[in-house]
Amino acid sequence: MATSPSQTAMPTERSQSSRVLDKAFVWLTGAFAIGVGFVLLAIAFRVGTDALPAIQKFGLSFLTTSRWSVNDEVFGALTQIYGTLVTSFIALLIAVPIGIGVALFLSEDYLPPRIKQPVVFLIELLAAIPSVVYGLWGIFVLIPLLKPFGIWLNTNFGWIPLFSTAPSGPGIYVAGIILSIMILPIIAAISRDSLVAVPAEIRQAAYGLGATRWETIFQVILPAAFSGIVGGIMLALGRAMGETMAVTMVIGNSNSISPSILSQGSTVSSLLANQFAEAGGLQVSSLMYAALILFGLTLVVNVLAEIIVRRFSLKL
Amino acid sequence: MASPEFATALNMKRSSMSPRTLFSSVMTVITFVCAALALIPLVAVLSYVLINGASSFRLSVFTQLPPAPGLTGGGFGNALVGTFLTVGIASLLSIPFGVLAAIFLAEFYRDTKLAETINFLTNVLSGVPSIVIGAFAYAFVVLATGTFSAVAGGFALAVLMLPTIVRTATESLESVPRDFRQAAIGLGATRFQTTVQIVLPAAIPAIITGVMLALARAAGETAPILFTASTSRYWVRSVWEPTATMARLVFDFATAPYKSQQELAWVGSLVLVALVLVTSILSRWIVRKR
Repeated sequence: MATSPSQTAMPTERSQSSRVLDKAFVWLTGAFAIGVGFVLLAIAFRVGTDALPAIQKFGLSFLTTSRWSVNDEVFGALTQIYGTLVTSFIALLIAVPIGIGVALFLSEDYLPPRIKQPVVFLIELLAAIPSVVYGLWGIFVLIPLLKPFGIWLNTNFGWIPLFSTAPSGPGIYVAGIILSIMILPIIAAISRDSLVAVPAEIRQAAYGLGATRWETIFQVILPAAFSGIVGGIMLALGRAMGETMAVTMVIGNSNSISPSILSQGSTVSSLLANQFAEAGGLQVSSLMYAALILFGLTLVVNVLAEIIVRRFSLKL
Repeated sequence: MASPEFATALNMKRSSMSPRTLFSSVMTVITFVCAALALIPLVAVLSYVLINGASSFRLSVFTQLPPAPGLTGGGFGNALVGTFLTVGIASLLSIPFGVLAAIFLAEFYRDTKLAETINFLTNVLSGVPSIVIGAFAYAFVVLATGTFSAVAGGFALAVLMLPTIVRTATESLESVPRDFRQAAIGLGATRFQTTVQIVLPAAIPAIITGVMLALARAAGETAPILFTASTSRYWVRSVWEPTATMARLVFDFATAPYKSQQELAWVGSLVLVALVLVTSILSRWIVRKR
């Protein structure tokens, strides 16, 4: 105030104080915006430092051994990493074709908008149902329902390693199927968005050249929407790898690797869910190591998805 | 009798339809089947939750404590309170944080490299598995305070909700017409005044809708709660002690061997699903009304 020439009185003075307030406000919001990015860094840093003792002790053998013994303080997460990858793969195998089918169904003009909107809403609802409710449903409905099917697979195709064990109820295949239900809405929604975004002129041009509806879809529309669909699939994969509760409740939580998808298993997230609350010492550190691996895996998948989706949206 | 007729009909169809159109019809049928396949699990989950939940439902579940193993009756009054408490703490932490960040991204630095980078990081944050966020909250709060607590659970849920709130608030602010800002600035308002008195009030209904959806989802999240809020068989007395929540209760009772507890798990699921359903429909209705 002393610096300002005194003759211009109130107006400038008020505008000066409000200018300071204005600047402070912008700075404040900026700090919070950068804080969002900082949260991500904090997660990586904190989980990483807590995992350090286990990283130093086991190194990369943590990824390649499957012994998880609390008493001997020897930990390896191969079973869980394998379980995470296999359940996610099964989920994608089921959810990708059905999800793209649903997306096509909802992006073509099969239904009048009045019916289409509720269907879109219903499929979005699938994504909003809590994971633990899927788990409950999985335990009491899906497992009994799938068991005869598992037994049939085992008796008729038991010579294939994939089906070589007798199902005992919970198992990797149940987890894969429940995951497929949970990621289906993501694939359907994002694929639909990218299909709808394909300019109508392209479709009309294809029709004008005499192409049928499905020739147009396969040769024109799907290729145009391809990167968006792939981005959606990647996002769904990230979700499937990190999904915890439903998987924990139906996978059986055993610590042995079997080539058979009918056998029980566990995933990185189910390991964390089961052991964290009662863990201590090096076990906590090993669990943090496992969490870090999961974080890294999903990070790579999500960043790739993000880049693919972005490149796609720039092109249109 | 019908079979020759049918055969001629088929023949006629074959002759009138080229393989190309036939292929098209087959694919159309396949997409209809896909849509049906996608809706079956939704209908199945919802109807099982509704039937099993409603059949054991009684009003006393909202007011009583969980039954001891083997006993019948009881409820999840403490878990309901605990869920409101943890979600409330999460809201206090994440809503101001998220909305202020969104103001920066939508009002002051829109379409800049910095905003783009932060949006990117927000999307990546929303893809971090909830169980990893739980591990982070465990290290950050539980290890630091030496106890499982509602605060630790609320912190985990806040991290989980943050990206959703930033994104919905940014979108809501960006959808406020440009004229509003120009009119305010034309009248001599500062950026602070424009934002707080003009743009924010206009965006608030949309922000509330998005926040409500995020809250409903957070209430059903179990993985970040497992080893942060943990659980308790008693009523909440302090935010610094283990706290029961609905989601954790459903998980524990679903895997318990006792019938009365399993029944409560179904009723609890019904409450969680109803919460999500009602907020989704409500927010949709609000959006359509505007």
